[in-house]
Amino acid sequence: MANLTLEEMIEIQRRMMRIRLFDERASKMVKRGHIPGTVHTSIGQEAQVVGSTFALADGDYMSGNHRSHGHPIGKGSPLGPLMAELVGKATGVCKGKGGSLHLADFAVGSLGESGIVGSSIPIATGAAFSSKVLDNGKVALAFFGDGAANQGVLYESMNLAGTWMLPMIFLCENNQYALSTPAHTVTSGVIADRAAGFGMPGIRVENGQDVLAVYDAVKTAVDRARAGGGPSLVEIVTYRYNEHSEGLRLANDYRNAEERADWLSRDPVVLFRDHLIAQGMTVEQMDQLDADVLAEVDAAVAFSDASPYPELSVAFDDLYTDKETAA
Amino acid sequence: MSVMSYLGAIGAAQREAMDADERVIIMGEDVEANVYGTTGGGKSRSAEGDFTQRYGKNRIRNTPISEEAMVGAAAGAAMTGLRPIVDLSYSSFLYMAMDQFINQVAKNRYMFGGQASMPVVFRSAMFYGLNTGAHHSDRPYPMFMNVPGLKIVAPSNPTDAKGLLRSAVDSDDPVLIFEACILWGTKEEVDENEFWIPLGVARIARPGTDVTVVAISGSVPEALLAAEDLALEGVSVEVIDPRTLVPLDRNAIVRSVVKTGRLVVAEPAHRTCGAAAEISAYVVEEAFDSLKAPIVRVTAPDMQIPFSPSLEKQMYPTRFTIAAAIRRVAGLAPASEQTLLAALHN
Repeated sequence: MANLTLEEMIEIQRRMMRIRLFDERASKMVKRGHIPGTVHTSIGQEAQVVGSTFALADGDYMSGNHRSHGHPIGKGSPLGPLMAELVGKATGVCKGKGGSLHLADFAVGSLGESGIVGSSIPIATGAAFSSKVLDNGKVALAFFGDGAANQGVLYESMNLAGTWMLPMIFLCENNQYALSTPAHTVTSGVIADRAAGFGMPGIRVENGQDVLAVYDAVKTAVDRARAGGGPSLVEIVTYRYNEHSEGLRLANDYRNAEERADWLSRDPVVLFRDHLIAQGMTVEQMDQLDADVLAEVDAAVAFSDASPYPELSVAFDDLYTDKETAA
Repeated sequence: MSVMSYLGAIGAAQREAMDADERVIIMGEDVEANVYGTTGGGKSRSAEGDFTQRYGKNRIRNTPISEEAMVGAAAGAAMTGLRPIVDLSYSSFLYMAMDQFINQVAKNRYMFGGQASMPVVFRSAMFYGLNTGAHHSDRPYPMFMNVPGLKIVAPSNPTDAKGLLRSAVDSDDPVLIFEACILWGTKEEVDENEFWIPLGVARIARPGTDVTVVAISGSVPEALLAAEDLALEGVSVEVIDPRTLVPLDRNAIVRSVVKTGRLVVAEPAHRTCGAAAEISAYVVEEAFDSLKAPIVRVTAPDMQIPFSPSLEKQMYPTRFTIAAAIRRVAGLAPASEQTLLAALHN
C-alpha cells in the first residue's frame, strides 16, 4: 500500500486535475480553432498517468506518445509553456517547433512525446542505458499504448533492457482502443504476460482508475529498477473519455453506452477526491484545489495569448548545432 | 607518420576518441570480438589494445541483432549524456532502423526546440563490389542526404577516415559515416597523433585546369586513375572529393567548375536522386554560365546489384567509365582500344 503523506496525495490530485482541466480547455480551443491541428487528450486516464509519473523521482527520465499532455504535466511541467506550444507560440516548451504531438520538457526529464506509436520506447531504453553507464541512479520509463504493444520495437527494447539489466519501466497505457480498434481484437494474449518471455516482471493493474493502485505497481517497479533489479513491464487498464483525437467525428460509435457509463462511474479524479475527503480534507479545501488549478489553466492560456508567434528568421534554428549545415 | 590501412585508421580514431572522453562508448554487433578490426589491437583478444580489456564492458558492448532498438537506444543515450559510436556493420542494415533514424535521431533536436543534443555516430560499411549479392551491396547514403538533421560522411582514404571520425564523434549532431569496404585495405602514411578534419570541407585530391571530376567514396581512387590516363593526352583533370555530403562544400565545387567549365560527377550510388544529381543541379543553378559542356554523371544504374562477378563489376564507376565521361565533356573522341589497353597496363 502506498506510503504517501497527505501533502503528496494532495499533489497527486492537483496534477490529475491539471491534466483534466488543461485537456478540457485544449479540447475547446481545438474546436474553436485556437489550437491548430488536433490534440489527443488524457481525460479519463489521469490516474494512470499521474500514478506512473509520481512514482518517478525528479531527475528520472520518461518518453511518451501522441496522447502527450498528461505525461509532462504529471511529471511537474508548468502549464504555460505547454499551452503556448499547443498554440504554436515562440514561448512554447519546444519554441513552437513541436506542437501537441511532440511535447518535451527536459527540465523535468521528459525526453519527448512521439507521434509514431512505439517509436520513443528505445529512446527511454537508451536513457536507462546512459544511467547505467554513468552510474547516476536515474530510472527511465517509456509510456506506450495498447496499440504500440504490437510494435516490434517494443520487444527489441525489452530484450535489450532485460539483457543489459537496465533501470527501466515499460509502461503500457491500455485504454483498450487503438483509435477505433478494440485492443482484444488485435492483441494475442495479455500484454503484461509478454514480460515473462524476457525474464522480467509483468504486472497488470486492472483498475487503472485508482491512482494509488497505479502508484503502488509502478513504484514497486521503479524501486526494483533503481536497486539494480532490471526492467519491468507494467500494464494499466484505463479508459479515455474523449474521441481518439479532438474534432474527430466517426460515423460509428465503436464503444457502447453501457461500457462508457461503467467507466464514467469510476472517474479517477472523483474517486481520489473522495479518498482525500475520507482522509480528512474538507469539501471546501478540495473545491479550492480545483479553483486553483482552473486559475493555473487560465493563466497558461493568458501566457500563451500574450506570447508572440515565432519569427520566420528562427525557422532553421536547432536543425543543426551550426547554421552553416542548414544553409 | 605511420602506414595505416583505412580500417586501421578507423580503429585508431576510435581508440583516440575513447581515450579522450569517457562519455564515448561503442556499441554494435560483434564489436567485443573485434570482428571487423576496428575495436582491437591485433588478431587476438589478448593482444595489447583490445578494446574490451582497455575500456571494460561498460563502454564497449555487443548488441542483439535489433537495429531499431540499437539505433534508438543510442539516440536516447546521446540525449542523456553519452556520446555513442554505433557500429552497424553493413550499410544495408540501416533500413531496419529507418523509423529511428528519421523520426527520432534526425528530428529530436529540432522538434523539441533545441532541448535534445544528439552526439551520436553511426558507422556502417558499404559492401559493394565484393559479390555479396543484392542484400549486402547497398550504397544508401543519398537517401539519408534527403533526411534533414543528419550529417553524412563518406571518407575515401585512411587519413580522411581517421580525421573525419574524430570530428564526427565531437559533433553534437548525429553523423552517419558510410565506409566503402573496397577501400578497407587501402594504405598510406597517416599521422598517428590526434587530428581532426572538419565536416563540410572538400579535398582537392588532384589539382587541374580543364575538367572537374567530383568523386565520392570508392569512386575517388578510380577518378584519380582516370585523371592520370587523361594527363597522358594533355588533359588536366581536377579531382574533388567532397568527403562529407551533408554538409556539402558547395563552394569548393562551384569554384572548380568556374575554373574548368566542365564537370563529371562519379559515385557508386544509384543514379536517381543521388549525390551526383544534387551536385549537378546545384552547379547548374549557381554556375550555369561557366559551363562549356553538359554535365555528365557516372553512377550505378537504377537496378539491383547482381551477384555474378561478370555482371556486378559493370555496375559502378571505374577508371574507364570516368575517363570516357571526361572525354565526352572535354569534346575528345572516345578512347581507342589501344588507348584503353595502354591504360590498363600503365
